[in-house]
Amino acid sequence: MTTPPLATESSSSSSPPSPSAWRPPQLSMRWWPVFLRNLLVWRKLAIPSLIGNIAEPLIWLVAFGYGMGALVGQVSVGETKVPYILFLASGSICMSAMNAASFEALYSAFSRMHVQKTWDGIMNAPVGLDDIVLAEMLWAAFKSIFTVTAILFVMLGLGISHSPKLLVAWLVLAGAGVTFSSIALIFNALAKGYDFFTYYFTLFMTPMMFLSGVFFPLEQLPGAVQVVAGWLPLANAVALVRPLFMDQWPVGWGRHAGVLVVYAGVAFWVALALTRNRFRA
Amino acid sequence: MRERTTAGAGEAAIVYRLHAPWARGEPWSPTDGAARGPASESSRSAVLLISLLPVPPVYTSASQAASAPSPATAPAAPLFRVANLRKRYGDTTVVDDLSFDIAPGECLGVIGPNGAGKTTTIRMCLGLTAPDGGSIEALGLQMPRDALAIKAQLGVVSQFDTLDPDFSCAENLVVYGRYFGFAKNEVRQRVPQLLEFAALSHKADAKPGELSGGMRRRLSLARALVNDPKLLLLDEPTTGLDPQARHLMWERLQVLLQQGKSILLTTHFMDEAERLCSRLLVLDHGRKIAEGRPRDLIAEHLEPDVVEVYGNGALALANVDALRALAARVEVSGETVFFYTQDARRLLEALSGHPGLRTFHRPANLEDLFLKLTGRQIREDG
Repeated sequence: MTTPPLATESSSSSSPPSPSAWRPPQLSMRWWPVFLRNLLVWRKLAIPSLIGNIAEPLIWLVAFGYGMGALVGQVSVGETKVPYILFLASGSICMSAMNAASFEALYSAFSRMHVQKTWDGIMNAPVGLDDIVLAEMLWAAFKSIFTVTAILFVMLGLGISHSPKLLVAWLVLAGAGVTFSSIALIFNALAKGYDFFTYYFTLFMTPMMFLSGVFFPLEQLPGAVQVVAGWLPLANAVALVRPLFMDQWPVGWGRHAGVLVVYAGVAFWVALALTRNRFRA
Repeated sequence: MRERTTAGAGEAAIVYRLHAPWARGEPWSPTDGAARGPASESSRSAVLLISLLPVPPVYTSASQAASAPSPATAPAAPLFRVANLRKRYGDTTVVDDLSFDIAPGECLGVIGPNGAGKTTTIRMCLGLTAPDGGSIEALGLQMPRDALAIKAQLGVVSQFDTLDPDFSCAENLVVYGRYFGFAKNEVRQRVPQLLEFAALSHKADAKPGELSGGMRRRLSLARALVNDPKLLLLDEPTTGLDPQARHLMWERLQVLLQQGKSILLTTHFMDEAERLCSRLLVLDHGRKIAEGRPRDLIAEHLEPDVVEVYGNGALALANVDALRALAARVEVSGETVFFYTQDARRLLEALSGHPGLRTFHRPANLEDLFLKLTGRQIREDG
């Protein structure tokens, strides 16, 4: 048995080459105990967290909705005229979904991943990194749903909308939570410290807020900007939620929902690949 | 969707059973049963021994007694086998053709300077880092292919604590148990035993931030025992602890060894390695440079006695031929001269003619071996 000298290097190796970080997600139900862990921690802080999550969007809503609303009066959405408070409420609830998911998937997930090394501890147990990332994504989405639900109840109480289609809006917002937490996890995977997230907020989220028809109709923007805005995830979420608040079915809902689903799927995959690289897994 | 646990833990156990099979290694792979047999090492004599100690055994359940091997199975297959493992980061080879076995009931120590590849090896053993070559076999399964099934039967204490700061000690154990597929009530029953083992019963409701370093390490150890593992991988479990805390940790690890658990331990403390490990692996630059029982290694590589000389004019003695002739090896480090000798008595007599010196005569130890094999230069890259 003579082996050519060049072959010895590989002959001693029985392991396959390192798998690509872009391999398909390997997901299982093992995400659940990780999700549950986050839920248990949050349960200890739920009340202050709830107040924080709801107070800010409501202050915006009251100040702008009633304050500005008095100046603006009615706003045209398609062929319908609606009170500004309804216009703003339906947009700002999408913004709240985005903010809640992003904060959780950035600051809190980063604490668990990098500062507390919680993920490292979990990976010493039979739970893979892919399931941890899935759990974090679903957890951030859950927090977003929780916030949105609370705000919806307050809006119902204020009588902003009583459409039964709000139930569908709630489902759309849950989906938007998944999309935004997936996107935020990309930046979580790239972060060296908390400061990095400032870029995400100021360079991505804030401009998107103004380009997505939350505060004013998109038609106010120049044509080229409107084209760009049409592909922003927040704009598509608003385009779905606003008509539902107005007790109408959204026009072109398939395209809007499709954009959100594609963003969620692609972003989750990218986030997973970058997180695998980070952990050299 | 839901499966009922075969352990018959009652209604509570169906709360979360979706991934229970891998937690207890049931229908995972056909080789699993084989891995369970000879690998479980809690003989009755060990249980008896433990009962004499003032420490509760972590698990004295019927399942363990049932899985105790008969004496006929004594020459057991290795629990863990690493062969020709290699890992490279860029141009640096971190682990180079490393092979070792861990036998059931054995404590294998891995010692080496910072950057020797200890932690990378452990990470590869856990499937957290993909090796560039070689194979890792554990409990009849292959890493990284069966990483999760293997980890279901391992206990890990990593170099840095990864305890959950928001949970109490007891909650930390329950939450960690869930990652193994145990229902809350299943782990809850074991929590008092685990906390008692870690000498933390009085701290059940305290959070990790309120604990001392030693307590946190013991909680990490208790957490690693939550799945009643056959093999523990401990990465520097006593680094940063005071002597009392370290001794308590050693005591607990010895109890685990007596219960038949196997341990892979990395450490920088030679007395720890000598005390706990039945076999040692000395790593440097990712390569294995020595392997054997601590005493055998010392006898093989070193002279039996060491005389350390320091004080005024000590360094000059290193060049005195009459003294050099009495020592097999002379080393100078800082202000101290080390004479390694077969005949300390004659050397000490000769040294007594040099007043003003301070001498320290002691048997050669593992630290001497370590320094001989890896050199005295500082390694600050880790």
